[in-house]
Amino acid sequence: MEFLTPAFMQRALIAAALVGITAPAIGTYLVQRRQAVMGDGIGHVAMTGVALGFFLQTSPVWMATLVAIVGAVGMELIRSRGRTSGDIALAVLFYGGMAGGVMIINMAPGGSTANLISYMFGSITTVAPEDVTAIAILAVFVIAVTVGLRRQLFAVCQDEEFAKVTGLPVRALNLLIAVTAAVTVTVAMRIVGLLLVSAMMVIPVAAAQRLTRGFMATLALAIGISLTVSLAGTVTTYYVEAPSGAAIVLLAIGVFLVLSLVSAPLARRRAKAARAASEVCTGDDVKV
Amino acid sequence: MESTVSAKSGEPGAEQPVISLRGATASLGSRTVLRGVDLTVRRGEVVALLGANGSGKSTAVRSVVGQVPLSGGELELFGTPFKRFRQWSRIGYVPQRTTAAGGVPATVREVASAGRLARTRFGFLRKADRAAVDRALALVDMLPYAEASVNALSGGQHQRVLIARALAVEPELLIMDEPMAGVDLANQEVLASALRQQVSVGATVLLVLHELGPLEPLIDRAVVLRDGCVVHDGPPPEAVGQHALPGHDHVHPHAAHDAEPLRTGLLS
Repeated sequence: MEFLTPAFMQRALIAAALVGITAPAIGTYLVQRRQAVMGDGIGHVAMTGVALGFFLQTSPVWMATLVAIVGAVGMELIRSRGRTSGDIALAVLFYGGMAGGVMIINMAPGGSTANLISYMFGSITTVAPEDVTAIAILAVFVIAVTVGLRRQLFAVCQDEEFAKVTGLPVRALNLLIAVTAAVTVTVAMRIVGLLLVSAMMVIPVAAAQRLTRGFMATLALAIGISLTVSLAGTVTTYYVEAPSGAAIVLLAIGVFLVLSLVSAPLARRRAKAARAASEVCTGDDVKV
Repeated sequence: MESTVSAKSGEPGAEQPVISLRGATASLGSRTVLRGVDLTVRRGEVVALLGANGSGKSTAVRSVVGQVPLSGGELELFGTPFKRFRQWSRIGYVPQRTTAAGGVPATVREVASAGRLARTRFGFLRKADRAAVDRALALVDMLPYAEASVNALSGGQHQRVLIARALAVEPELLIMDEPMAGVDLANQEVLASALRQQVSVGATVLLVLHELGPLEPLIDRAVVLRDGCVVHDGPPPEAVGQHALPGHDHVHPHAAHDAEPLRTGLLS
């Protein structure tokens, strides 16, 4: 347990735990509505925020949060309009955010693209004490939303049209999802990195659903998987010189592959059972 | 157009209609889909909205629940102008869907429980809510599958889950957009019997149908749309709603024309 001694590692592990919980917590809803790519887009846009933070010499974390929220709300508005040109608008937003980030960081005093690298792929040595505070505050917000409003968010992501007719404030909830996703991106940026954060929103969810049948079960298992690989990946990069995001994502993919292999026979058996059950039940009786 | 008062809405006259749509116009993109539709549904009535593809029947029900904004005309639900209407727990809505599944697995019970959000704003499921979900699932014969993943269900079972979700609201008014589309005869019978039960306890129903099928005995009134206009409002048409319409697909549940549901002989 030697890796627990340095203060930077303690901070990195706290940050990793918070990433591990928050990324799949919001990611499950994004995957549910088949919007997995959103996290990736926000990550790109947040690069402009990080660069702005350097340029204005304020905290990159809070600046990235602000810019990511603006970007995410923009994406949500494009999505909800449902225009066919939405695709192109999103592309402009993604690459504009990335190009803007690189441009601005090079204009910052003493800044260069190299400053951005640790934000792109994560790094365990760069989590400053004030970052831990910021990450913790943001993570509490993400957890409160994704767990506290899980039934409402499930309904909205599962069938927006139905949710509207139950009287839920669908538009407000959609914006809340976008803001929460943006906040999650900045929670994850230090450890997993802006270009890899989306992976942690999607892969643990994909891995979990190899074994689960229900939504809440998927949510819980995805968080469990993600928490485990986030901590394991962080510890790995204490010993191996590499960006922590890369190690974490590779571990997550490993879990996904293993669960896929394990679950294939399980799924076959389940499908067979379901078929048998439906034969029994249809024949049962038709109620009058 | 004034509607016929059905035999079942026998209570004294002054009651507000449950749905009152007057002179409704609506467009989707640049295409005008409704050109002045009148539709009145009174308490206890079962009204079928019929018409060919593109006649505007789906748009008409979607405008009734606020999914399609009206560009003209008036809409009142339970006597309240739509803008001020907030009593969503009185409405159970079944949107036109071929699947109840999303990108993440969900159990039948989870999907059906979403209906309770109309009544429990803060989302806590109490015992009464669970009981309502169970009753709704039982009505469409899906209780044995409550913990199964919707991804594993057949098309007809998906539709039964979507209807259970609407029934879980415990609504006074059921609005269903093509609940029978892509549903095989056995599943249509289950849906018909659930609907029959709802009607027997006084529910009001507005549903979009392609053809009357096994629901025919339940229908009090049919409103036929053609090209965004009402061309018939009265007793269910003999053949108009079905074979006379261009573009209907030939699902032929004619065996079920009598009021008796099919017995096991055909199904087992």
